[in-house]
Amino acid sequence: MKIHEFQAKKLMGAYDIPVPEGGVASTLKEAKEIARRIGGLPLAIKAQIHAGGRGKGGGVKIARTFDEVSSHAGSIIGMNLVTPQTGPDGRKVRHILVEQGLDIASELYLSLTCDRESGSILIMASESGGMDIEQVARKTPEKIVKVLVDPVFGIRPFHLRRTAFGLNLDKDVIRPFSAMLERLYDLLVEKDASLVEINPLVITNDGRVIALDAKIDFDDNALFRHPDIAEFRDENEEDPLEVEASGYNLNYINMGGTVGNMVNGAGLAMAVMDTIKLAGAEPANFLDVGGGASAEMIENGFRIILSDPKVKALLINIFGGILRCDVLAEGVVTAARNIDIKVPVVVRMEGTNVEKGRKILAESGLEIITASDLKDAGEKVARLVA
Amino acid sequence: MSIFVDKNTRVLVQGITGREGQFHTRQCVEYGTRIVAGVTPGKGGMEMDGVPVFNTVSSAVDATNADCSMIFVPPPFAADAIMEATDAGIGLIIAITEGIPVLDMMRVKRFLSTGKSRLIGPNCPGIITPGQAKVGIMPGQIHKPGGPIGVISRSGTLTYEVVFQLTREGIGQTTCIGIGGDPVNGTSFIDCLDAFEKDPDTSGIVMVGEIGGNAEEDAATFIRDKVTKPVVSFIAGMTAPPGRRMGHAGAIVSGNSGTAAAKVAALKDAGVYVCEDLGRIGELCADVFQF
Repeated sequence: MKIHEFQAKKLMGAYDIPVPEGGVASTLKEAKEIARRIGGLPLAIKAQIHAGGRGKGGGVKIARTFDEVSSHAGSIIGMNLVTPQTGPDGRKVRHILVEQGLDIASELYLSLTCDRESGSILIMASESGGMDIEQVARKTPEKIVKVLVDPVFGIRPFHLRRTAFGLNLDKDVIRPFSAMLERLYDLLVEKDASLVEINPLVITNDGRVIALDAKIDFDDNALFRHPDIAEFRDENEEDPLEVEASGYNLNYINMGGTVGNMVNGAGLAMAVMDTIKLAGAEPANFLDVGGGASAEMIENGFRIILSDPKVKALLINIFGGILRCDVLAEGVVTAARNIDIKVPVVVRMEGTNVEKGRKILAESGLEIITASDLKDAGEKVARLVA
Repeated sequence: MSIFVDKNTRVLVQGITGREGQFHTRQCVEYGTRIVAGVTPGKGGMEMDGVPVFNTVSSAVDATNADCSMIFVPPPFAADAIMEATDAGIGLIIAITEGIPVLDMMRVKRFLSTGKSRLIGPNCPGIITPGQAKVGIMPGQIHKPGGPIGVISRSGTLTYEVVFQLTREGIGQTTCIGIGGDPVNGTSFIDCLDAFEKDPDTSGIVMVGEIGGNAEEDAATFIRDKVTKPVVSFIAGMTAPPGRRMGHAGAIVSGNSGTAAAKVAALKDAGVYVCEDLGRIGELCADVFQF
């Protein structure tokens, strides 16, 4: 789960990690109040959306006068912000962060992630702050410090020293930096974050270490034990159909194409999208109804897929294992009767009781195109949208 | 022969009295698996279809000599269940549970390194040696006993599709293993490749991968250096957008890493027959596996 920068900073504040003084606003009036409360200039006005590259899209501005606070806040609140990460449609900005400007001496990069390969927490730090870390890793890999921390033994003073000395920090900055790193580690572990990233982490001319930006992602599988974190979810930042699907416990991702598809199992669902593409069409979505999908879930799946106006045809591929094909066929027929389906539907079924399942579909009176195998299904549905 | 499980495997089920545990225990028994015990804390002394239920794994092992555990315990308690099985000396632990927090799994991996247990999963369909034992949730009847092909996969229904096509081509399987779709798991592709390479009854291997991480790239290096048997592979997720989790917790392209294209390239480079069209993997296997 992603959260906003202002939420990440709030959480960091609770862990005594220094962040710039500031506040979140959703109206011009609120923005001005925060600016007055902070008192000094310049101020940073930052759009709050779940995507990076905000500055490039005009979502981050520096106000050098109080008039500029009003004009920048006014232009950013409500704007449709397009960044390299939002896609061409962009995102509507609902909140801005108004923050005190800092007297910056240098900018660093610092992140902690759950590293799948090593099964450890990976600390990554670099003297090249404020830049895309993947680019830094490609061009100047020697500028990146990597330190692995075993989650059983936790972070130790030597981990902190390796990171701090690896960054060539000034002597008097090492202590505040190390204290911050230790608390970031605690935050990640205690809150089940999968990523904590500060880019840039700034060192001010008076020797303070402050998180100028903040990004935290959380492990969805651990949200059950963090109701406080689950509260941070902002459904406005998600595709409305994806929000609706998650309410039905369905795994749906909008892909923008014209061939809707419904599959049981995540791996097979990915493979079906690939099959559609290989047949010359574009998948409209990823939808996993689960290895043990019920008739009700299939009906909900139909609803979600068909509320996407781009969908011109639907492919259902079900591998009946434990879940029998006849049960699935009943589910498809019931759903089709309950929902007004205006696009052609291709069904490919295989597995347990497949003959019974095919018979149910054939005798349903519904206009369902049956496919003999996966390849046949892909080709048939691609022809329908060509 | 087979790898990891056979008709002599003595299975206990952790979470046997839950809905999933009950249902799949019955399916496994029906297939011929030797289910010798169940564990549900607080329900010791009961029976489930004649299978004795114990409060702890260690008491179940003492009473029944179980050497394999199949875990259906819900995510909040699953990491503890795996550690309990390790502590009780269970040799093979198969964790079906989906949704275990990644930090829990990291700690489980460290705990496993203190004992001798092999973990398969979590978030996996389990393992089957057709005709001998099914320890998992896969449909038994689509498999064909007798070999000579071993199957390894990160996915569930995608594996069933592949096995179904193999069986339709008349190609049997020695053992089929789902290693699971989570970012941090137990047994890896490499562990399975190594075991199949050493299994005299396995003549060829099918490896089904997907986007995310670099397990397939590591497997490709291992295949190039250590595997003499022919390998056919399919990688799901060519069309998956970066930064999105495709159902499985581990199926995510992060930046430039974990893409299907990179995995396919690495596997081809290692001499693996890569199938681009899932609908044709059975035919490709029939072509490649001519012994």
